[in-house]
Order: sequence, then C-alpha cells, then structure tokens
Amino acid sequence: MVTVLKEVDAVVVGMGWTGSILARELTKAGLNVVGLERGGMRSPREDFAIPSIRDELKYSQRQELFQDSAMETVTLRHARSETALPMRRLGSFVPGTNVGGAGTHWNGATWRCLETDYVLKSHYTEKYGRNFVPAEMTIQDFGVTYAELEPFYDKFEKLCGVSGQAGNLRGTKVDGGNFFEGPRSSDFPNKPLQRGLAGVLFEEATKKLGYHPFPQPSANASAAYTNPEGAVMGECVYCGFCERFGCESNAKASPNVNVLSVLMPDPKFELRTHAYVKSLSYDRQAKRVKSVIYVDPRNGEEYEQPAGIVILGAYVFNNVLLMLTGGIGTPYDPVTGRGVVGKNYCYQYTDAGVTVFFEDKENNPFMATGAFGTIIDDFNGDNFDHASLGFIGGGHISAGMSNGRPIATRALPPGTPRWGKEWKQATAKWYRRWFNVSGTACNYAHRENYLDLDPTYKDALGRPLIRMTYNFKNNDYKIGAFLSQKAADIGRAMNPTLVTEPRFRDGNYNAVPYQSTHNTGGTIMGTDPSTSVVNRYLQSWDAHNLFVMGASVFPQNQSYNPTGPLGALAYWSANAITTQYIKSPGPLMPA
Amino acid sequence: MAEVKLARRNFLKGAGAAGAAGAALATGLSACSPEATTAASAPARAPDVWHTLNATEAAFISAAVDTLIPADELTPSGSEVGVAVFIDRQLAGAFGNGARLYRQGPFLPGKPEHGYQLALTPREFFRAGIEAANEWTRKTYDGKDFDRLNEAERVEAMKALEAGTPEFAGFKSSMFFDQLLQLTMEGFFADPIYGGNRDKVAWKMIGFPGLPASYREEIKTYYNKKYDAEPQSIADFS
Repeated sequence: MVTVLKEVDAVVVGMGWTGSILARELTKAGLNVVGLERGGMRSPREDFAIPSIRDELKYSQRQELFQDSAMETVTLRHARSETALPMRRLGSFVPGTNVGGAGTHWNGATWRCLETDYVLKSHYTEKYGRNFVPAEMTIQDFGVTYAELEPFYDKFEKLCGVSGQAGNLRGTKVDGGNFFEGPRSSDFPNKPLQRGLAGVLFEEATKKLGYHPFPQPSANASAAYTNPEGAVMGECVYCGFCERFGCESNAKASPNVNVLSVLMPDPKFELRTHAYVKSLSYDRQAKRVKSVIYVDPRNGEEYEQPAGIVILGAYVFNNVLLMLTGGIGTPYDPVTGRGVVGKNYCYQYTDAGVTVFFEDKENNPFMATGAFGTIIDDFNGDNFDHASLGFIGGGHISAGMSNGRPIATRALPPGTPRWGKEWKQATAKWYRRWFNVSGTACNYAHRENYLDLDPTYKDALGRPLIRMTYNFKNNDYKIGAFLSQKAADIGRAMNPTLVTEPRFRDGNYNAVPYQSTHNTGGTIMGTDPSTSVVNRYLQSWDAHNLFVMGASVFPQNQSYNPTGPLGALAYWSANAITTQYIKSPGPLMPA
Repeated sequence: MAEVKLARRNFLKGAGAAGAAGAALATGLSACSPEATTAASAPARAPDVWHTLNATEAAFISAAVDTLIPADELTPSGSEVGVAVFIDRQLAGAFGNGARLYRQGPFLPGKPEHGYQLALTPREFFRAGIEAANEWTRKTYDGKDFDRLNEAERVEAMKALEAGTPEFAGFKSSMFFDQLLQLTMEGFFADPIYGGNRDKVAWKMIGFPGLPASYREEIKTYYNKKYDAEPQSIADFS
C-alpha cells in the first residue's frame, strides 16, 4: 500500500551539501520544497558534542556516521569477465547518511578545478594533437567553463567560510596562493589556517626545488565567521578529529550548520527524515518524473510524493541506481560504447609518495585539522608539459597530517615488526615524528570502467546493488610512478632521518584500505545527449523536471576533492532553475 | 562453592598488591573469572569478566595479546591493560554480531581486494579462528593449546600465523592473525572507556594527549616542541 501525498513544487532527494543548497535556493525563489533524507536528524549540539565525539573507535573504526553497509553497498569486479562481489564492509570510501550526509564527516578540503579541467578533452586535443588522448580514455569536456562557474565557486566558498590564500585575484598572480588556479573574483572569506611542522618543512623544501607551495583551501574556519546566509561558524581548534567525525565547535562547514540552520525555520521547507527514496516514477511520454517513491525504513510504509521539480542529491551510487531503476536515460554499454547512464565511473588514485621520519623533531600530529595540507600544483592537470610523458593529467602533492589518532595513524620505518617488543619501542619513538609527502592524482575515464545493476546482490529494499566494474589503468600507474618520484625528491630535500622508497599503487584497485570518498561519474554532464546523462545545467536530457547533483555528473575525476566543484555546480544549476526553468518549464538546452 | 574457590585463588595470586582482594570482592566480579586470565602482576583491579568468550577462548586471547603487546618498561602486557577484555566486549556487542556488515549471499571466495567475504560474523570468525589456531598448536607443540606454550613458542606460533603458514579450513590463518592484530591494536589505543588502554598506558607510551584536544594556541607555541600533557579520557569529562 502506497500512500499518495499531495503534490509539492519541488522534492529533493538527500539532505547533504547539494540537496540542502538546492532546497535553500528553491525556497528562496518561492517554491514549496520537501527534503527527503533516508537517515535521521543530526544536530551538532546533540550529536557531535564533547567529550563523546572524540572517540576514534566509535566514529572512525566502527564508522558511526557512515552509510550502513548491512543495508546497502556496491559490488566490485575488476573486469567484465569476472563475477562481482559485494563490498561487505566500507573501506576504500565512506559515503554518509543522515541529515548533512558526508558533509558532516568530511575533512573540509574545498577546491576549485583548474580552468583546463572543464575543457579537458578539447584542451589536450588542441595542444597535443588529435591522437594524443587514447581512444579508450573516454574523457570529455564538462560543457560549462571555469569562467561561467566562478561566481558560483565564490558563493560556495563564502557559504562555507573557506580559509585559504588566493593565488590569482582577477587575473593578477598573488604570492603564496596557488600559482596555477583560475582567476577568482574575490579572496577567500577566511585567512589560511595555522601550519604544523609538516607544512612548514614542505614549504621550505618545495621552494628550494623551485615549486609553488600554498595552503590547502579548507572549510575549517581559521576565525569565527558568519556566512551570507547568517549562519555562524566557530574558530577551528585543531583537535585532529575532523574526517569521520562531526565538528563540535561548528568550525568545519556542514550542511547542518551552514545551510539547514537557516533553511529549517523557513515555512516553505519541510524536512522528512527516515524517508528512503526507493524509486522515481517516470513518465517517458511526457519526459517528466511524476513522483518519487520513498519508504520509511523503520516500518516499511511506502509513500509517493508527486512534485513539479525533482532534485537528485543522493550520493553517486544512489543517483545512478535511481536513474537505472527508473528507466531514465540509456544504460551504458561498454561493448558498443553507446548509452550513458553508468558511464565514466571514476575514482581517485592516492598515496603516491614517501613517508619521512625525523629523529630530532616534534610533529605533534594530534594538533591538526582535516584540510591541513601544504600543497604544490606544479604536477597537476596540464600545469607541466605532457608531450613526452606517456600519460595525461597528474595530481597535487602535499604534506600535512590531518590527525594523530592512535589506532589508525601510526607509521613506522620499513622493516619494523607489526607487534612485539621491537614494535612497541619503535612506536613510542616514531609516533610523533613522521609524516607523508604524497601525490593525489586524477583518475580519467576509461571505456571499461562503469556502473550498472548487479544481477545477484540486493539491498535492504530489495533493489539490485550497483555493480562497479573498475580498475586502475596504465595512465594511473604512470602518474603514480611519476608523482612518487617527485614526492621523494621533496621528502629528501627536507633532510629527514629516514625516508621510505617511493611508493605508488601498482596492483588492482583494492576495496579494503581507505583511499578517498571521491567517487565520480555515472550521470555525467555535457552538451550532447548521446554522451551525457544531464546537460550543462545538470538537467536530465530524458526528464526535463529532473536535475541531478553531485560528483556523479563529473565526466572524469580531476585530482581535487570534489566538494568545492560540486558545490559550485549546485549553485550554477540552482541559478538556471530559478531564473529560467521555473518561468518556463522545459529543456534548458536543445537536445 | 566453585565461585568461592576461584575468588580465593584470585586473592592468592593478587596478594602481592595490598587491597587487590578487597577491590575484587567488593565489586563481586571476581567469581566469574576463569583461572587463565587472572593477572598476577596487575595491582588493585577486579579480575576480568567475560561477556562472550568461553574459558578456552579467553585464555587464547589473553595469551595472544600478551604476545603481541608484551610487558616491558613501556607498558604492562596487553591483557594487563585490558586488551583481552576489550576484544571480548567488542565480540559480544554490535560489531561482533555483524553490525554494518553486508551479510546477504551468495558467499563466494573473492580476491583479497574484495575484502571480507565470509558468512561468519566477527564473533563466529574468532570462534573458528581460535579453534583452528589451538588445533594447529596442539599438532605442532606436543598437544598444547596456544596459551600453554612458553614465551618463545608463542612468538614463533604468532609469526607462523602472521605468515599464514598453518592451514586453516575455510580461511587463511594470516587473515585470522590480521583481524586479531587489528582488534588488539584497537583495544590498546582506543579510549579506555572500552576496557583496554587501562590507565591510558598506550597514550602515555606514545605521547597522545587524548581529550579535550583543543590546540588553537598550542599549535603555535608547541611548534616543533614536545607537548607533554597528562592524557585524558572521555570518562574524565563525563
């Protein structure tokens, strides 16, 4: 029995960053908006309070704030010839749930993509020739440019009170910022955060080598801040409990504090928690989504919520799942290369670098914050010449420990036993005296990497799990080898007591160790319906009242953490909806 | 009457530390403690109580954590600082019973990159792993369970498990070792509210200050300087 509810102007699926932003912008434009969240309410005051939030076992090891893999997960196979198996525990990535989504437990790294990232395919083709990008590398342009997105980046950074140092103010290079960034219309709303030992040593070493170090832009506020919505952030206290934890001092931007605190009192907005969206009801004839069907997971009751506008703001995998199960758009077929839904799933290639150990220094790793890196972008994107390298793209290299939580954050010199007397002595000696210098790389789309529906495994609602057919490819391994050497040069330039051999991931993609929650693609954006799921305004080509948010629209994964870019795209799309679509509902671009 | 005898034995073993018996009797917990886990050198604390481990399992886990974290000048042994109790509590609770573990079949063997693919909950996995490990040590060391081995033999046996040398039915012995080591490290370094890391010994050993973790000024004043603070637990603020 499905209870059919009264139609609303707009329904938003998922109350993380993008869902909260869209709900806010649409209610401001006068619409009545219902926000659906599969999990429960989370409020920093109640749920992220001291002392309980400083619990590494509960939040980090037992994954208190993450999606429950007993309810749903994804399956993995490395190639089409294999049988996919479920990721029975979260490991490599950790999607969120509950109000705020992963926006409650992120680290706060808030980037802008490079100008070339948005025109990736045409840039490489124009600069290096028509055949430079291998045919199996299915990268493409976003269909929107950096210049078009700039005002929306600016808006998102101000929403989050981002701390950082501009490197390019309206075309003028500024010392100490990212030399390679596109022009920004205004400086960051907050000054850069303090640095620890790793950041300072990294800055010295990279300057000596002729690179351009700068502080990682961070949504951890370096000073108390009131955002343009009127939401108030506290000052970061460098507690070292950022990623995987909620912030008790409201210093780390979250949808809960930075958007929902002002959205919740708005009578045009209604939040429904424990509303787990199961499917979209699609009218193929009218090219519209009529309604969303959701389940209350506490008692199994089903509801149908009709809406004029439907915003998909779930995580990457659920956005793709809802499109595939709803029959909206053509599923991607890796054999023919045709179809789009599930295409260009990308991940991230991390940890290409070295660990350095200093006998004579004190790093105090527990005095830290999430986005605490000092970075160079000299080997990112096409900031360096690729003519003879044999790969495309690159990554940023950074140093700066985000925490010293002792269960998970301990490194020892190579060859040290993992237990016993010698292990204890080495742990006591080195715990405070090491850090990594590592490259975090892009991951460019490949014809054989994609998402579809698993034929065997089901989630708690009885739907197929998303099946990930995915592996790292030669381009990734080559970038890894390259970045690890550059990181080793930097590490050695710091004169550490010990430095490890350069390391990079050279085997199959491994679902077990944490790498990053930077999954992208599957509902990619573009300007051609035969190669994209949504148009440049994130509007579905197949249902004009459906707008898809988040990193699932990225045609490939640039090296940067996705929250900044997806925040900018959310505001960009919201602007198109409120200034164009509401007045005249229909396709915003000709197909 | 058996209960009284056990309590009596604990009293005798702990007699070196004045007040141990009084504390144990006052809590009334001593009666449940199996012989194998009474820590002779631990001062003034109640004997360990097991929520889920049986006596053989408790003896194995206690001996294992003492081998992985031996007593030395840095800290007492794993069991003396509550790591065995921690593992028992974890296996008895939500984690041990498969919380957040996707448990729908079919269960098929995967590659290591797929992670855990067994149908067993962590509690069941440890039951199977301990049985298999004891069976292997009985075969290899004159019929002795792991906890009956001398120190050198325990180290040797642990290294064999770590290397995956013993053949277990259903899963690799190195997989059991890895999960045992993981829980041991969690118990050693987690907040003491979970039963391990008693007296914050692990945090003192490495210089982790615990709570409240607010370093707005300290991050400047302690740049490249050792930060010495008496570690504090969640319990100290509750």
